[in-house]
Amino acid sequence: MKKIQWQIASVKAIVQETPRVKTFTLQLPDWIPHLPGQHYDLRLTAEDGYQAERSYSIASPPEQTDEIDLTIELIDDGEVSSYLHDGITVGDPLEVRGPIGGYFVWKDTMATEPLVLIAGGSGVVPLMAMLRHRAQIGATNPTVLLFSVRMDNGVIYQQELERLAEQNTNFRLLLTFTRQPPNGWTGYQRRIDKEMLQEVMAPLNGQPNCFVCGPTLLVEQVASALVDVGLPFERIRTERFGPTGT
Amino acid sequence: MPSFFNKGFGRRREPAASDRIPPGQYETRDFPVLTAGPTPRIPLTTWSFALDGLVETPMQWTWEQFNDLPHQSFTKDIHCVTKWTRLDTKWEGVSIDTLLEHVQLKPEARYVMAYAYGDYTTNIPLDDLRHGKAFIGLRFEGLPLAPEHGGPARLVVPHLYFWKSAKWIKGLRFMESDKPGFWERGGYSMYGDPWKEQRYRSDD
Repeated sequence: MKKIQWQIASVKAIVQETPRVKTFTLQLPDWIPHLPGQHYDLRLTAEDGYQAERSYSIASPPEQTDEIDLTIELIDDGEVSSYLHDGITVGDPLEVRGPIGGYFVWKDTMATEPLVLIAGGSGVVPLMAMLRHRAQIGATNPTVLLFSVRMDNGVIYQQELERLAEQNTNFRLLLTFTRQPPNGWTGYQRRIDKEMLQEVMAPLNGQPNCFVCGPTLLVEQVASALVDVGLPFERIRTERFGPTGT
Repeated sequence: MPSFFNKGFGRRREPAASDRIPPGQYETRDFPVLTAGPTPRIPLTTWSFALDGLVETPMQWTWEQFNDLPHQSFTKDIHCVTKWTRLDTKWEGVSIDTLLEHVQLKPEARYVMAYAYGDYTTNIPLDDLRHGKAFIGLRFEGLPLAPEHGGPARLVVPHLYFWKSAKWIKGLRFMESDKPGFWERGGYSMYGDPWKEQRYRSDD
């Protein structure tokens, strides 16, 4: 098997998505097409040789050749995310390797089946790669993104998501605000629960492929509720991050 | 000095025991969860644990029988392929050596496929489970192991990356040759030594 080599990418653009989230576009000397949902490892090296490594989901679709977008949330006390947020500017080199991961991926063979994407916070990143790829290949499968965010200014990719939902009648965007909804908000204002999932899944014919990504607690609760509403185990794929709090 | 470094990046704090943290890992005091799907629900009334494959007579325990086996305490450092390391985790469980006293392995048995509720599998060389190296964990930090961490029982092989420590363990199947399990088929290392950073198959 070919070694997944480390390579030195160059930061081509940085976009502030929300107050705590930035997207870094990395130009890669050795770009390999990825599957939506895969990730890259990123490694920082200090002058004394100390290294720190993290994995970050790819946000861009494989149609965006020669570069990848990594959307990264600033973690309190996070030695890698805080360096990336505060210490990196356009033109800087960053060491990465990938693409990695073969399970939490939306494959083209799924493109005719209903798709349910459920995100908490920056868990939307790998799901965005799926939505962008889906739009690129012109898939018309019924698709819904249920996106749980704390407050109004926390909706990563908001404009693009709204645009995708306007352009494609087969794609529904559903937001739920758990702390502070925008003024005049009439949509969901609570944590994702069984009733919400039932409502979201009701219009779909057939059993959807379901991808759930977000903080551990949210993913635990959502995956468990999906089993409760009757979705078979093997249709539910999960990616968890952060502490459990238990 | 490395040939490549990130300007202005430096160690933020001295790790508590840096010689115990493998390369590419960072220390955490949390216990993150990484699972491919929903957490299975396993009633203790139907729970069972088996040793099968290349054994003279397969063995199976109920939850009650399994808990009657001698328990031991283990304090171990654990390392997840997603880069976190947690030092001095405290476990209670049954040593694999204890389990192996109940079966006679066929001489050609050299590898093990650990299999779990929810259809998860992972492969480990037999020698990596014996001689005090691995156990079935039942309690963590003094409490019954939480379902999201693999409760009621999980395999614990602390010297390998933690995906080898199959959650919701259901049995160990003894095999003559090595076969990839769930993540290994997905491109992860066949062995998973954290000290050699064997994360992906191409790192083997």
